[in-house]
Amino acid sequence: MMESKVKIVRINEKLPISFPQNGAAGKTGSWRLYRPIVDNNKCTKCFLCELYCPGNVIETRKDGIQIELDYCKGCGICAKVCPQKAIEMVPETVEVKIA
Amino acid sequence: MIGQNKQIERKVMTGNHAVAYAAKLSRVQVVSAYPITPQTSIVEKLSEFIESGELKANIIKVESEHSALAAVYGAAIAGARAFTATSSHGLLYMHEWIHWFSRARIPAVMAVVSRTIGPPWNIWPDHSDFMDQRDTGWIMSFGMDNQEVLDLVIQAFRISEDPSVFLPVMVGLEGFILGGTAMPVDLPPEEEVITFIGERKQPYSVVEDRISIGNLTSPEDTEEIFMEMQKAMERSKELIRKIDAEYGKIFGRSYGGLINCYKCEDSKYIIFTMGAWSGDAMEAIEALREEGIKVGLARIRYVRPFPREEIRELIMNAKLGIVFDRSISFGSYGPLFEDVAASIANDKREGKLVNIVAGLGGVNVTSEDFVKIIEKNINKFESEGEVELLQWYHGGEVMGY
Repeated sequence: MMESKVKIVRINEKLPISFPQNGAAGKTGSWRLYRPIVDNNKCTKCFLCELYCPGNVIETRKDGIQIELDYCKGCGICAKVCPQKAIEMVPETVEVKIA
Repeated sequence: MIGQNKQIERKVMTGNHAVAYAAKLSRVQVVSAYPITPQTSIVEKLSEFIESGELKANIIKVESEHSALAAVYGAAIAGARAFTATSSHGLLYMHEWIHWFSRARIPAVMAVVSRTIGPPWNIWPDHSDFMDQRDTGWIMSFGMDNQEVLDLVIQAFRISEDPSVFLPVMVGLEGFILGGTAMPVDLPPEEEVITFIGERKQPYSVVEDRISIGNLTSPEDTEEIFMEMQKAMERSKELIRKIDAEYGKIFGRSYGGLINCYKCEDSKYIIFTMGAWSGDAMEAIEALREEGIKVGLARIRYVRPFPREEIRELIMNAKLGIVFDRSISFGSYGPLFEDVAASIANDKREGKLVNIVAGLGGVNVTSEDFVKIIEKNINKFESEGEVELLQWYHGGEVMGY
């Protein structure tokens, strides 16, 4: 509807803005009490988990998903929403067997 | 006062419509407003312009003034020249967003059609709502007539979007006295206005940048952001003076920058006012001058940044300064007086200062009232050397407090 012309003029002053980047708040994976274990053989690639993940740490791939454990806080929402039950939450305190 | 340009169109219009025309001439792209009372005919006129195709803009109608300014903010951080208008309780309802806006350093313009605050319910003008915003970090100007209001709104876009400032600007005008009263207004050609303002500029945008705004920040960084705002305010003074002069060269009207002086030059007594009643004060100056009293008027056009340099010089050259406030900081003084008095806080002088609080709740103050108040204070000062610091003028009487 309108022509939108705006010129961004950078100023050498402190502004209340920040530039988000990976790990700006540290490696939040250390907060985790439960670890998501993914079975990509069960994955139908609906990627609901990616949509629901509040930490934006699920990467979608051709063969399923990969969760970035450096930042995953272990909330378990992905496991809850997965229709195939392809994600299992296991306590971080015990040894787990990784397939 | 008419410029040389032949394209200048003269129309009779209310102050509210002068604001709407100014926003149209400045080619605002987004207007957001709460459309019901205390909204004025500013937004109604802008919707007419949009409906008729004269203005290509989006209008966002929202459920409150708080949301109206939030929507303007959203549009502005995305890169749009955005505008809103409000009044009295609507302005107070916006207050949180008014602070947020300036601290984000995003340019925008808002018109404030000033009206008193209730209770009791009262729809008449004073400066209570406007002056309540003086600590928000907005540049604040106030007009005396409809022509000046139009000129101030156009200049507000230019000032707000200047990279040396990047602060939002609010332009005040009294409701009813200006807002609802029609007078002739010269409309400058739109192309020239656009050339004068230039393209939209801002320090960042949510479209251009991947940013988050308003994150938790340390006390030190927070304070430094506020210190930058204070510096920007101080810098804006020179810009305001420059833009006022440049506007005069292009459009034929220049007002003197942050203050407008009327017969100040040889004045022994100096009167300070702001807004529409300054016209009545000018008539009073005329009458007093006819009696041989050397009195002048300094009309404050910008409350923020406060023109302390200009005001200091005027007071230092005068015996008596009388500051008229159309609002009061209850328990203290009128807010204009506080700033005027602070301007000379470290100066040694023989003269005196007086604060007159008057016209609150829309009480009419005529040029005769001004003559009466000014004469009474000059006589007392000349005979006794003393004056009462704070006086509230009501019902034709001056009451000390």
